[in-house]
Amino acid sequence: MSDNVSALDKASYEGFVKVEEAGLRGMITLRGDLGSVKIKNAATGVAGVDMPEQGHANSVEQSGLAWMSPDELLVMLPYGDVNAALAQITKHLKGQHYLAVDVSDARAVFRISGAGAREVIAKLCPVDMSQDAFKPGQFRRTRMAQVPAAFWMGEDEAVHIISFRSVAEYVFNLLKNAAAPGSEVGYLNP
Amino acid sequence: MLILTCPVCGVTGEETEFHGGGEAHLKRFGPGSGDTEFHGYLFTRENPKGVHFERWRHNNGCGKWFHAARCTMTLEIFGTYLAQTYEPPQHIKDAITAKRPGWKWREFS
Amino acid sequence: MSTRLATGGRLLNKTCALNFTFNGKRMSGHAGDTLASALLANDQMLIGRSFKYHRPRGVVASGAEEPNGLVGMGEGAKFEPNQRVTTTELFEGLTAKSQNHWPSLVFDLGAVNTKLARFLPGGFYYKTFIQPRAFWKHVYEPIIRKSAGLGKAPKDRDTDKYEHFYAFVDVLIIGGGIAGLQAARAAGQAGAKVLLLEQTAHWGGRAPVDGGTVDGHPVEAFIENTVSELQAMKNVTLRNRTMGSGVYDHGYVLGYERVGDHQPGAAGPRHRLWRIRAGQVIAATGAIERPLSFAGNDIPGVLLASAIRDYVVNYGVSVGDRTVVVTNNDDAYRTAITLKKQGLIVPVILDARAEGGGELALQARELGIRVENGKAIAKVKGHKRVTGVEICAQAGEGAVLEEIDCDAVAMSGGWSPVVHLWSHCGGKLNWDEANAMFRPDATRPPTGADGEGFVSAAGAANGALEIQELLKDADAAGKAAAKATGHSPKRKAAPKGEAEIETPMQPVWLMPQGAHVKLRMKSWLDYQNDVKVSDIQLAAREGYESVEHAKRYTTIGMATDQGKLSNINGLAILSDALNQPIPQTGTTTFRPPYTPISMASIAGEARDECFQPLRKTPIHAWHEENGVYWEPVGAWRRPYCYQKPGESIDEAVNREVINTRKSLGLLDASTLGKIIVKGPDAGRFLDMLYTNMMSTLNPGRCRYGLMCNENGFLMDDGVVAKLDDETYLCHTTTGGAEVIHGHMEEWLQTEWWDWKVFTANLTEQYAQIAVVGPMARKTLEKLTDEDLSAEGLSFMGWKDYTLDGIHARIYRISFSGELSYEIAVRASEGRALWDKLMQAGAEFDVTPYGTETLHILRAEKGFIMIGDETDGTIIPQDLGLHWAISKKKDDFLGKRAQQRAHMTDPNRWQLVGLETLDGSVLPEGALATAEGVNANGQRNLQGRVTSTYHSATLGRGIAMGLVFGGPERMGEVLSFAKLDGTDVQAMIVDPIFFDKDGEKQNVR
Repeated sequence: MSDNVSALDKASYEGFVKVEEAGLRGMITLRGDLGSVKIKNAATGVAGVDMPEQGHANSVEQSGLAWMSPDELLVMLPYGDVNAALAQITKHLKGQHYLAVDVSDARAVFRISGAGAREVIAKLCPVDMSQDAFKPGQFRRTRMAQVPAAFWMGEDEAVHIISFRSVAEYVFNLLKNAAAPGSEVGYLNP
Repeated sequence: MLILTCPVCGVTGEETEFHGGGEAHLKRFGPGSGDTEFHGYLFTRENPKGVHFERWRHNNGCGKWFHAARCTMTLEIFGTYLAQTYEPPQHIKDAITAKRPGWKWREFS
Repeated sequence: MSTRLATGGRLLNKTCALNFTFNGKRMSGHAGDTLASALLANDQMLIGRSFKYHRPRGVVASGAEEPNGLVGMGEGAKFEPNQRVTTTELFEGLTAKSQNHWPSLVFDLGAVNTKLARFLPGGFYYKTFIQPRAFWKHVYEPIIRKSAGLGKAPKDRDTDKYEHFYAFVDVLIIGGGIAGLQAARAAGQAGAKVLLLEQTAHWGGRAPVDGGTVDGHPVEAFIENTVSELQAMKNVTLRNRTMGSGVYDHGYVLGYERVGDHQPGAAGPRHRLWRIRAGQVIAATGAIERPLSFAGNDIPGVLLASAIRDYVVNYGVSVGDRTVVVTNNDDAYRTAITLKKQGLIVPVILDARAEGGGELALQARELGIRVENGKAIAKVKGHKRVTGVEICAQAGEGAVLEEIDCDAVAMSGGWSPVVHLWSHCGGKLNWDEANAMFRPDATRPPTGADGEGFVSAAGAANGALEIQELLKDADAAGKAAAKATGHSPKRKAAPKGEAEIETPMQPVWLMPQGAHVKLRMKSWLDYQNDVKVSDIQLAAREGYESVEHAKRYTTIGMATDQGKLSNINGLAILSDALNQPIPQTGTTTFRPPYTPISMASIAGEARDECFQPLRKTPIHAWHEENGVYWEPVGAWRRPYCYQKPGESIDEAVNREVINTRKSLGLLDASTLGKIIVKGPDAGRFLDMLYTNMMSTLNPGRCRYGLMCNENGFLMDDGVVAKLDDETYLCHTTTGGAEVIHGHMEEWLQTEWWDWKVFTANLTEQYAQIAVVGPMARKTLEKLTDEDLSAEGLSFMGWKDYTLDGIHARIYRISFSGELSYEIAVRASEGRALWDKLMQAGAEFDVTPYGTETLHILRAEKGFIMIGDETDGTIIPQDLGLHWAISKKKDDFLGKRAQQRAHMTDPNRWQLVGLETLDGSVLPEGALATAEGVNANGQRNLQGRVTSTYHSATLGRGIAMGLVFGGPERMGEVLSFAKLDGTDVQAMIVDPIFFDKDGEKQNVR
């Protein structure tokens, strides 16, 4: 494990919000019929959270499930637990038509926290980040400036962002610039 | 810049989250088809002033393809629907008829 | 002279003095000044020169419509040209320079053009520079380029920050005057989410200057109360210094916030571009006063009547001591009254209307101001400054009745609603004959995604110029917008506005009505582009009858002010010349932005390290530390080669090639696409995607495959590995990863949606390293005890291993012709594996190599490269790849297309190897010439080079190319044209230059 390094090795920046690369996170792309009980059980079994609704994510600390599309879930768990979880899914879904693959290393995870987190996202993503439109638990796949990204928000209003690993530095720089002191918009967080 | 609603994941987003994919409801012709059919499949496209059916992909989102019925003149969106179909669903056709009575597009009306 | 008054200046903080310079001259103003008011307070009337004739120009307006007052601001990295003095807030240390003059503002050589004006009429450029043709390049163009352009482009890199912000609202209101405020209140009270934008720093627009009462109280009180009421509403946001720049499809609006312009040096962005999506947009953008067209109306000191009033009331600045007012409406009387009450002299009000004005005219007379009805200005006297006016009858031809000394002229030709934002996205206009203005036609609004109108105009922008009507109109617009976005407006009456009753204006398009040509040649329509009444009339005479043609012929309305002052006057002159009513002539199209916005705000965050995403492999940092020379491949950076100290790029490449063939090379192949395809129908699916058969592959084995599109053209290639009975891993080219994954999903989702197949793009999950060369196996054996022999892992097989503790999947595949292993590990361990391989390979002189060596190694083996041998018009058959096209399959993507007549044409150029007779390297893309010439007189062709390199292995140039007749012409010599005009001879040979039998890659 000591050899495994995340894209930016937990870089962080303190602006009007705090930006952190969150380190390695276990992630499994699970594709299948999300209506099927077997698939649901396999997913909730390894993630330890309830099945999320369309457009939502349920998460507790490192673990969680995010709804990616009607036939795709993102299973999140501690990095070291991926192989065991994959084995469990494989066992559980034997004979089913599904796909479960480790994508932990293909991703970078960021956390931005502080009162202005919504505004930082609203500078970069074409998404309504106002409190009545985007609530904790919602999961949004979108575009962050020029790259695809997905994010959700915890109850503490911290935003968790997933991007591809190869563009981690670009995403970090975007967030860093958007969080620069003095650039508060005062619109979503008056 | 258009706004579209992805019928697959339910997200309403701006055009930059989507990617246009040309005309919808093309019928594929493969080996064994005649030159005219194949030529039509590869190259002949509708270019209407008004009601049009087109494919879009929610590429910065759920990644799924879907279809949209749109007016090329006013950019009005009559509706979006799943791509797994050979013709526009009745509710889409009705929505168009309500706004553009007498519309015609290829074999649909 | 223009000067600061002892009293007045409601926007000023007179306790706060600010120093600034203009053309190096030190001046001072107050907090709250615009640069325009501060310049006028310092008697700086002359601010710039006009574009064509270099005529002296001063400010004519007080807001965004200003055509003359453009200056260069700041120094070095902060320099910005063409800044509008009327919309620039003064700050301490501001430096401004005038533009478009040489050598100095006061003495400008270009002003000689004004003497030549007779020879520079509309369309002058088109007529003059045609003949002789050779003159264009050497005489006309250099001179025009030298004298053209207003400001100078900045030379240094902009050090400021800019950003975007996405906002979503029910009702967006543009314009924070009393109409915008009332509309916001009505919509906000209904519960709609409201955003109100105001381009200036102040709320209330020009109402405090114009006066009037609301519900019996002065309008200032109404503004103050409404602003605080709105500020207290949670669902309403007010943003000043933010201009509604453009209205676009489906309720998309750009707002341009000047965050830092007034406080340079403060933290944060300079400009913020708001990307707003609104359910309803209300344009409460007010109206702009029109100039009158009389001779000398461009002389410094001639201003719009409203502007002169603004300078007095808002900034405590008088433009002149003696101001003649000339008007065709009642509103301009307010200027005379304001001046008079300030103790300034108004020698006369010239009212072009024979009947004169109403209540306001009466007030003016009661103040003792002389009012002349039916009179006009024949001509303004003065050069760099107004010295007087000649008075004539409006109905006549300009016979001078009287001369009056003055140093300022306040003109008013009536008001034009600011319909720009209404029009941007297709809102239509009606001509209002009574008020001589275009008004939004509410029955033909811009329509949104649902086909319904999403823009309305409110208040003066809607033609409701007087406060009585204006507040009612704005209230209704606010309520209607709230209703349209699903809210219930309150049943509350609009506030009651009151002001003097005005008598109707009378259109005056030319002053005097029968002005002779000498006067018309001095009557300016477009100040910035120097277009006069006579130019438009000439255009009409020469047949430019369409308003769009006349506009381009004369350049009216095409300057940076986009004709805010000139469009309607120009249109009226054109209509008159064509003898048709104005609506028949039509109007030009308003396009965004409303006023120019900074390019940097459009770029937003996309600059410097965020200019574009750069994709980095897990081994990127190592490359960077070890002499890499980068090659951009898509958004990736890949090593082209690694230079040792003192080594040239060619030398580095040659070393990498030699060492890899001789002993051991390492390649970072992480960028290759890796797509998992799984399911009961995966084999069937891949048989449709690839030209060859994939379903027959056994687990543990790999197969090279070609992918074509439905046109039959080769789009990608790569090695497919079968992981288990229903799972395949498809390798794609670096550029193809996302494209091919998208291609797969497209066919699965839109054509074969009943097939049971799932895909996932795992490109970035793995770092992939190619270990290449005779010592490859020995190197890996140092990291594992597992069997790597030909029996343990044969050519085109794959197997999982543990390499010094790292789980790895090893594919024994070769793109170099050498013994080669491609090792995939988790990305997070990619760097660790690379380091281990470097260490293990040290004894074999391990050589990391880049993409150029990759290319040379593959070319020596005759392997094709997507993008070199293919260009989107090449079918596999052209490349001699028949062996990779299945004849057993009924169907695959591209099969039908490859049966089309042109595709089966035996005359298609075919792939061959090429060897120059002299051993030199063929130029990239060189063409093989044939006998004779084509219809265009160009030499006939019979082939082209697709790949060409120096092969260090063979010590000579090698190339591949597509040639007419192809392999059948083996041994023939072709002539290739070089750029220097000479030819080079090359022989057609087998494209496999090295190890023809594949013994090295297949080694046991």
